[in-house]
Amino acid sequence: MRFSFTPEQEEFRSSLRRALEARSPAKEVRRLMATEAGFERESWQKLNRELGLTAIHIPEAYGGGGFGQADLAIVLEEMGRGLLCAPFLSTVLASAAILNAGSEEQKRALLPALAAGERTATLAVSEADGRNDADGVTTTATQSGAAWRLEGTKSFVLDGHTADLIVVLARRPGSRGEDGLSFFVVEGDAPGLERRRLKTMDETRKLARLAFASVEAKLLGDAGKAAAALARTMQQAAILLANEMVGGAERLREDALAYAKMRMQFGRSIASFQTTKNKAADMLVDVELAKSAAYYAAAALDEGDAELPALASLAKACAAEACLQTAIHAVQMHGGIGFTWDNDTHLWFKRAKSSEILFGDANQHRELMMQHWKH
Amino acid sequence: MSEPTESSVRAEVRAWLEANWNPEYGLVEWRTKLIDSGWGAPHYPKQWHGRGLPVHFNAIVEEEFARIGAVGVAKAGIRTLAAATILDHGTDLHKEKFLRRILTGEDTWCQLFSEPGSGSDMAGAVTRADRKGNKWVINGQKVWTTSAHKAHWGLLLARANWDVPKHKGLAYFVLDMKQPGVQVHPLKQMNGHASFNQVFFTDAMVEPEMMVCDVGDGWKVATTTLMHERRGADGLRSWATASSRKGRIYQEERAEIASTMEPYKWYPQRAGRVDLVMERARATGKLADPVVRQEIAKLLIMSKAAEWTARRARAAQEQGKPQGPEGSLGKLVSSHVARQAARVHTYLSGADALLSGEDSPLGGVIAEILVSVPATSIAGGTDEIQRNIISERVLKMPKEPSVDTDKPFKDVPRNVAATSS
Repeated sequence: MRFSFTPEQEEFRSSLRRALEARSPAKEVRRLMATEAGFERESWQKLNRELGLTAIHIPEAYGGGGFGQADLAIVLEEMGRGLLCAPFLSTVLASAAILNAGSEEQKRALLPALAAGERTATLAVSEADGRNDADGVTTTATQSGAAWRLEGTKSFVLDGHTADLIVVLARRPGSRGEDGLSFFVVEGDAPGLERRRLKTMDETRKLARLAFASVEAKLLGDAGKAAAALARTMQQAAILLANEMVGGAERLREDALAYAKMRMQFGRSIASFQTTKNKAADMLVDVELAKSAAYYAAAALDEGDAELPALASLAKACAAEACLQTAIHAVQMHGGIGFTWDNDTHLWFKRAKSSEILFGDANQHRELMMQHWKH
Repeated sequence: MSEPTESSVRAEVRAWLEANWNPEYGLVEWRTKLIDSGWGAPHYPKQWHGRGLPVHFNAIVEEEFARIGAVGVAKAGIRTLAAATILDHGTDLHKEKFLRRILTGEDTWCQLFSEPGSGSDMAGAVTRADRKGNKWVINGQKVWTTSAHKAHWGLLLARANWDVPKHKGLAYFVLDMKQPGVQVHPLKQMNGHASFNQVFFTDAMVEPEMMVCDVGDGWKVATTTLMHERRGADGLRSWATASSRKGRIYQEERAEIASTMEPYKWYPQRAGRVDLVMERARATGKLADPVVRQEIAKLLIMSKAAEWTARRARAAQEQGKPQGPEGSLGKLVSSHVARQAARVHTYLSGADALLSGEDSPLGGVIAEILVSVPATSIAGGTDEIQRNIISERVLKMPKEPSVDTDKPFKDVPRNVAATSS
């Protein structure tokens, strides 16, 4: 197992960081989060083309860059830090599901447009109850001739209201649990699909509810056999989000520290008070431990580690607690100004809160981790 | 002569061991031979029992020793800190007098730094060193002194000048522990063990040549000793495993290890024994309890993340990168892990956690965990001091305004009744 990044990865990270600092200053984040789409197609396509972001993890045979999950995780971490408003995680998760569930022919047909950034995509697993596992799926898929038709409602779908392509998890009518599950692809403008943007606490992350009324869909891979692909896709989702969270947490930590050093009270910098220093030290511990777990899990994805299910949940639970705690401390260290809308801390605070819950909260992941713990 | 390489060092030490190693030697007899050859401490200078090799060759030398089961020089305990400090700051007289008997294991050492009135604030020591005639006369009290009751020599930090600020008035001595002015009493801890001692000085004597550096440089020398202690590279508490091989020398080495390691026997319990958790959870049936499962998961997450953070720090070090923040957190994180482990062991044991000794689970191990863990966040620099170090050295936050560093030490407010009952 690698415990450090290669010089190439370090270089990639710093050029990415520079690009995001230039393209996604807080002012731009605020402008985009107030839009209906939550991003701007043209500027996102331009950035994506320049840096090849949605292509990274896709094999070269499907128009991708052929890099590893650890490289993809670097992008997520930097996006968490820069809070870029773009349909990146959604598109990446859709392509992951296609890679995990699709046939060779389907991968060749669907992935190049996602890799090139010509089309955006998303993954629709959760329904009204927000679960991310097989048991929560009630949306049904029925075959009529060569076509399949979907019936049901998906919710909490990342960028669901704007995605060009939607990868939907559905089941054979009457099936239960892991039995009868399949992934389908649906066009964003398919007849019978009603998309509604949900009002979100974190305005930088748009979510939608998608109602399927006899919507035509294409089956990915073999019918009824998507359980393993679902499990792997959700593990990837947990790991990628964990890496995004540690990027956000580090940004919160650094900003709070810079503020404390500058803020004068009682005739001295508040960073000279032990109570502030203790908090800052604890924040560093939280963030560094969460980074270690997130990096380890991303490397485990690349190495095909047998303990991946436990490691994915470990990383998500660790990052969820660390990121939220860091956000709480960051607001506190700012004092009154940290509670204002004008101060940027709340943007990352809300992302921390959103990421804490998305794809399962810390309690759920700790339980999953215990179920998979082998020692 | 050509530069040493891994293979030349390996070939040389292997040839020497093949020609000289014999398990029927006595321990001191063998080590004397070893020290004369320079292979006992190859990174020491040539004139002081070493071969002047870069320290990274030690691993190769150790491999060759391990390959044939050859015994090395005495490596465990405070003696290693004494050797490191003397090598850095000692005079030729000190090196001549002490290094060889440290390496043979004939002499044991103790560290006389902490006092009842100065724990975290070690530079606030008030043990007095007064020059009377041609001797230094020592009066005062030290505490938390591991192995003082066995030690031949002590590394002593004492105040020789009260008219200058605290860091500037300290002197560093090598003190003969076997003299009438030194009294050693065991200090019983809350877990029932007495791994440490209190040491009382009543007109104890030190020869002037046994001072290391000048009066006023004592703090600098103590910092060297502490740095070696924190680095732990000297195998201070490395759990030496006694060889089960047959031969006179192994028998003697087993006795030495048992004696040196005796004060540290509860240290695994102090760290929380995370290794026992899953086994205990299954044995007690508590693995099925969803609340307990959450607490176990929290512990495992913390402990694995701590392990991986240490691996990241090591990887960066191996690549010669500047130390990142991940390298400074281990001590503080180990306190969190130990505390959470104690919490989990309590949940797992239920009412049995009320018991002690042979009535407690695992023959007293669980009880020992519960009453030993509080030491983790105190010994070797408290959590509070660790946070100060992290915030000041890593995060570059300003120090608290200081009230004692610029005034003569005699004017600094300090503990009045510092003696313990």
